Amino acid sequence: MDENYDVIVLGTGLTECILSGLLSIEGKKVLHVDRQDHYGGESSSVTLTQLYSKFKQHPLSKEDIESKFGKDRDWNVDLIPKFLMANGELTNILVHTDVTRYIEFKQVAGSYVYNRGKVYKVPANEMEAISSSLLGIFEKRRMKKFLEWISAYNEEDIATHQGLNLDQNTMDEVYYKFGLGNSTREFIGHAMALWTNDDYLQQPARPSVERIILYVQSISRFGKSPYIYPMYGLGELPQGFARLSAIYGGTYMLNTPIEKVLYSDDGKFEGIVTKEGTAKAPIVIADPTYFPEKCKTTGEKVIRAICITKQPVPNTSNADSCQIIIPQSQVGRKNDIYIATVSDAHKVTSKGHYLASVSTIIETDKPHIELEPAFKMLGPIEERFMGISEIFEPIEDGTKDNIYISKSYDSSSHFESMTDDVKDIYFRITGHPLVLKKREDVAEE
Amino acid sequence: MNSNVTSIKLVLLGEAAVGKSSIVLRFVSNDFAENKEPTIGAAFLTQRVNMADHTIKFEIWDTAGQERFASLAPMYYRNAQAALVVYDVTKPQSFIKARHWVKELHEQASKGIVIALVGNKMDLLESEEDRKVAKEEAEKLSQEENLLFFETSAKTGDNVNEVFLAIGEKIPLKKSDGSNTDGLRGTEDGRIDLNKPDDTSNPNSCGC
Repeated sequence: MDENYDVIVLGTGLTECILSGLLSIEGKKVLHVDRQDHYGGESSSVTLTQLYSKFKQHPLSKEDIESKFGKDRDWNVDLIPKFLMANGELTNILVHTDVTRYIEFKQVAGSYVYNRGKVYKVPANEMEAISSSLLGIFEKRRMKKFLEWISAYNEEDIATHQGLNLDQNTMDEVYYKFGLGNSTREFIGHAMALWTNDDYLQQPARPSVERIILYVQSISRFGKSPYIYPMYGLGELPQGFARLSAIYGGTYMLNTPIEKVLYSDDGKFEGIVTKEGTAKAPIVIADPTYFPEKCKTTGEKVIRAICITKQPVPNTSNADSCQIIIPQSQVGRKNDIYIATVSDAHKVTSKGHYLASVSTIIETDKPHIELEPAFKMLGPIEERFMGISEIFEPIEDGTKDNIYISKSYDSSSHFESMTDDVKDIYFRITGHPLVLKKREDVAEE
Repeated sequence: MNSNVTSIKLVLLGEAAVGKSSIVLRFVSNDFAENKEPTIGAAFLTQRVNMADHTIKFEIWDTAGQERFASLAPMYYRNAQAALVVYDVTKPQSFIKARHWVKELHEQASKGIVIALVGNKMDLLESEEDRKVAKEEAEKLSQEENLLFFETSAKTGDNVNEVFLAIGEKIPLKKSDGSNTDGLRGTEDGRIDLNKPDDTSNPNSCGC
């Protein structure tokens, strides 16, 4: 091929595909390569046969799988379980790039939190907080005051601050001001602000307040839960952005291992060699697997178990999909355990089956036992696929060698840290912040 | 103009350089270009066809930059209501690829998809010797797989409109309440419309 491009992108994970799409819209000539024969990398959705061969030493035959679980092609199992916040940044990017044209979404039916042996729906506004049996009568009143403060808070109007400074006061101090007890704190911090541990308590309140606002706005957008989920699984997301890139001139090359990376004398990226020949570009964007020597582990390890069941999670009103958070203190841990379920309503399983993904950050040397409290909540489990992943991030910011590396997908239940990474890489490459504009429709009549 | 309009997502499949884009260009603009560059930034081209008592609006999706290195995303054809599987009548390899696409569509696409098998570049046949894919072979495949079948020339325009008219006739009509004509952003069974104006963007009116 021996061609020149403005940007080469390696790996078709969601982060890479969004950047590829955004840069193509701006007129950059993009070559997008993946060593695998399918889109999505870590953020793809796979069939059961693919899942068995990935996780099991002795995979079942396709015939056996189909006799047990129905048609293989009906399954689209996410390798990394996440939901989109209905009002989150990924939703904004989808709308502004019109990638919503290619993907349909459904609401996640419920958001739940575990408390003293029982599962409760997360109340998201004053009305729900008042009717929830999760909080005692006095606590409800304080919770209501707190939520009213958040919804009235206006940066410019100091009267709405009620004497609190979000950049100076810690979240612990904010809770204290509203007289909120431990169980309410736990519920706000873990089920609404979605912190996975308690480090946030001693940090300035602003990020927590922003997360609560995002949660509340997301839930009020469609009503049942703050989350939405794409039909056919999360693997549709990278494909949607890859399509966006392609219609703006991006060139796609799957099933193409990188034989060699070319550097200039001063160590800057120059291009790649593949079976198709040499492709040159001044800049490369890649996921950590393409430049392992330029990445470091964050030290955090996540254990994820994908479980197949024949029933919805008990005590969730037969929800076809839901998130359940088991706060750390409820089970004597430092990090929360997350359960995310989806089903045939989202075209990710065959009829009558459910997928429950259980995950947490590992704290002991027997990580599979750490997930036990969650397994107990699921009812009978037909099959279970367990894996441990390390989280990688680039050592340098890419400005020295023009190699811009994304971060691995973390243990959070949504895509907000992923979109932060997208915006950060975008800024480092272009020198200006990402401004989302509605894409012009150039379809011809 | 007939107000009863049904939108149909139609995808193009087939080996590179069999004339997929040329067929569409002929159908949409009644034009032909020897070395056509793909349209940058167009999600799809549209063309309306008036049928007996309704109008069909074809949304024709091109393979864009995912074709050159055979890197088409399954999502491209997943919710298509119609597909053109194109081969070059002078290239047997392209017919093998067409067979592959028919199989793939039956496995991955929606159940009611209308597929048209199209042998293109009939203008290259100066004598029967130039033909490398027998008409009988393609007809046999069409019968086995329940496909529409046409031999066309995008260059002369021969039989091109007929392909789309035949698809239009075979497409099952949706109910005329207009709610389900999009196919992409329908609201049936709890699907949501993210493009709906959002009244919660102001943090001071977050609905609490």
